[in-house]
Amino acid sequence: MAKIKGSIVVDVEKCKGCEVCMVSCPTGTIAMAKEVNSKGYFNAYPANPDLCIGCASCAIVCPDGVITVFKTKI
Amino acid sequence: MKVVTGLKEIIKPENLAYHRSEVLVDNTLSYCPGCGHGTVHRILAELIEELGLQEKTIGVSPVGCSVLLYHYLDVDIQQAAHGRAPAVATAIKRLLPDRFVFTYQGDGDLAAIGTSETIHACNRGENILIIFVNNGIYGMTGGQMAPTTIPGMKSSTSPLGRDVRTMGNHLKMTDIVATLDGTYFVTRQSVHTPANVRRTKKAMRKAIEYQKLNRGTCFIEIVSNCPSGWKMTPVESNKWMEANMFPYYPLGDLKVPAEEKEKQQKSNNND
Amino acid sequence: MEKELRLMKGNEAIAEAAIRAGADGYFSYPITPQSEILEYLMEANPFERTGMVVLQAESEIAAINMVYGGAGCGKKVMTSSSSPGISLKQEGISYIAGAELPCLIVNVARGGPGLGTIQPAQSDYFQSVKGGGHGDYHLIVLAPASVQEMADFVELGFDLAFKYRNPVLILSDGAIGQMMEKVYLKPQKQRSTELLEWATTGKGKREERNIITSLDLDPDGQEDFNHRLQAKYAEIQKNEVRYEEFQCDDADYLLVAYGTSARVCQKSVQIAREHGIKAGLLRPITLFPFPSVRIKELGERVKGILSVEMSCGQMVEDVMLAVGCKVPVKHFGRMGGIVTTPDEVVEQLKTIFSGGK
Repeated sequence: MAKIKGSIVVDVEKCKGCEVCMVSCPTGTIAMAKEVNSKGYFNAYPANPDLCIGCASCAIVCPDGVITVFKTKI
Repeated sequence: MKVVTGLKEIIKPENLAYHRSEVLVDNTLSYCPGCGHGTVHRILAELIEELGLQEKTIGVSPVGCSVLLYHYLDVDIQQAAHGRAPAVATAIKRLLPDRFVFTYQGDGDLAAIGTSETIHACNRGENILIIFVNNGIYGMTGGQMAPTTIPGMKSSTSPLGRDVRTMGNHLKMTDIVATLDGTYFVTRQSVHTPANVRRTKKAMRKAIEYQKLNRGTCFIEIVSNCPSGWKMTPVESNKWMEANMFPYYPLGDLKVPAEEKEKQQKSNNND
Repeated sequence: MEKELRLMKGNEAIAEAAIRAGADGYFSYPITPQSEILEYLMEANPFERTGMVVLQAESEIAAINMVYGGAGCGKKVMTSSSSPGISLKQEGISYIAGAELPCLIVNVARGGPGLGTIQPAQSDYFQSVKGGGHGDYHLIVLAPASVQEMADFVELGFDLAFKYRNPVLILSDGAIGQMMEKVYLKPQKQRSTELLEWATTGKGKREERNIITSLDLDPDGQEDFNHRLQAKYAEIQKNEVRYEEFQCDDADYLLVAYGTSARVCQKSVQIAREHGIKAGLLRPITLFPFPSVRIKELGERVKGILSVEMSCGQMVEDVMLAVGCKVPVKHFGRMGGIVTTPDEVVEQLKTIFSGGK
């Protein structure tokens, strides 16, 4: 059975750590970094990359458009 | 560009599922973290790109948090005096009728100082798109009460909460313009969840396409958050908005063109 | 090219001249004594003739912002109003100057302050020339004294507006707006379809988007911009001064007056000379830029200057500045919408400068 796997790319310096992507992610892929970026925000990052299904919910809801999404069939 | 990524083997051009629109200028938005303005900018930019309108778009930015819209969208833009964007857009559209013309306004701009311009542009049925971002507060000037601030809501000029007896009720501009014959499509949406972002984009796409028909004003209100003004985290503010703003500003279409209504009814009957 | 001769009201002349000058849009709100401009244009329906947009706006504020929008697109747009309505437009006018946009504004002035009266006055000089709106800017101000000039200054106004990317104000008054005189109208000029390279017309094939704004939060940038504006006004001061002289060459006393007051003073000069007083009249046509240099020159040859204005005395200050206290400068003018008579001016001339006979 074909499975969809995704991978997100987060622009660390543009992320403002608002966490809206984290709560929108249906699989728990995203968490906030433990260290701040150069602006002082805890940026989002794919903490559990294996869980990502490339649904792009995070990217769609991100106010700053810092997330790029890739997905493929395995 | 410093990035963090997921599984690297999936990151290939042929696997690209979503990236930010080219119509967004490659810079950092000045909005507060989690502010809905950024999301609305993104949706608008994507639609301008998808519909091939970048060369023909002229936007009008307000006074308010989104005054610097012209730094973020790569289209011709005029910055208008506070509240006057619909008047500015009226002239632009009448003098260059084949361009896609929109205004982008906050609640102070559209529902306080600009009430007259909003109502009269809609009453004349100017063939423009009015995008109204309503977060019930004046963000740019530091969190004062707006005409759309809901009863009981605290702000810097209603520190004990909006008192309806002395400060009036929340002003439902979208409902008012929906009653005017000059408006063609009026809807209220939000952008705080992926599903709502998709719905807003669908509604905005319709509104943009309707402009070619020259049948009147299209008006989209986006109920949004203001984490700074409301003194909450972005996630808290979205939850608060759902629980408290939506009952006063229910989401959905307030006015749909007759042809749309027929289509919807037919598909309802077929179900 | 044939000019057409007609008998028209000043207000009507402005309207017809606007159509013939190839104006793209006119936006205004009714107010006495200038509503005929809008009425004439609505009746003439130039949209059919030339595609010119004519729209009655919901307020003077909406109208000036429509002008801003049209001007931002590089179009020839204009509005008109009278004193209280011009007060309403001041923010919009400041924005237009701050965004360096071309446009034409017509003030058919009436008595004030406040709701005032519908009779003519010249008490908007300060508003027109010294400010009106906020910030360091100037309007080019043209002061017609006849129905012919009402017509001629529309095309001149648009030319100056686009030459300098600056708003131009035609400062008229209720008398000239309402009076009927012969006027020669130029033939219809084609409306331009050119897309100006600085205007918002849709990005098209341009590399860069065009932004029309008057905002710059960076102090250095904002100061640089203000310096550029001031340099522009210096250019305008150098190149665009216009005035008319009447019997100034051998004058002992100089009258300075514009608009309706100038018409009165022209007669006063004749009457004064019949009484043996060698008076002359300098009529500024541009109030900004002010003909300071010429007034200074004439001031060196006369015994006294009388500034005649239908106000408490506003232009008189600029006359005083021009001559730098080297010669007595006085003011005479009726207020409340009253137009002074030529005899009254001559009496004042005799009384004020009692050296005269």
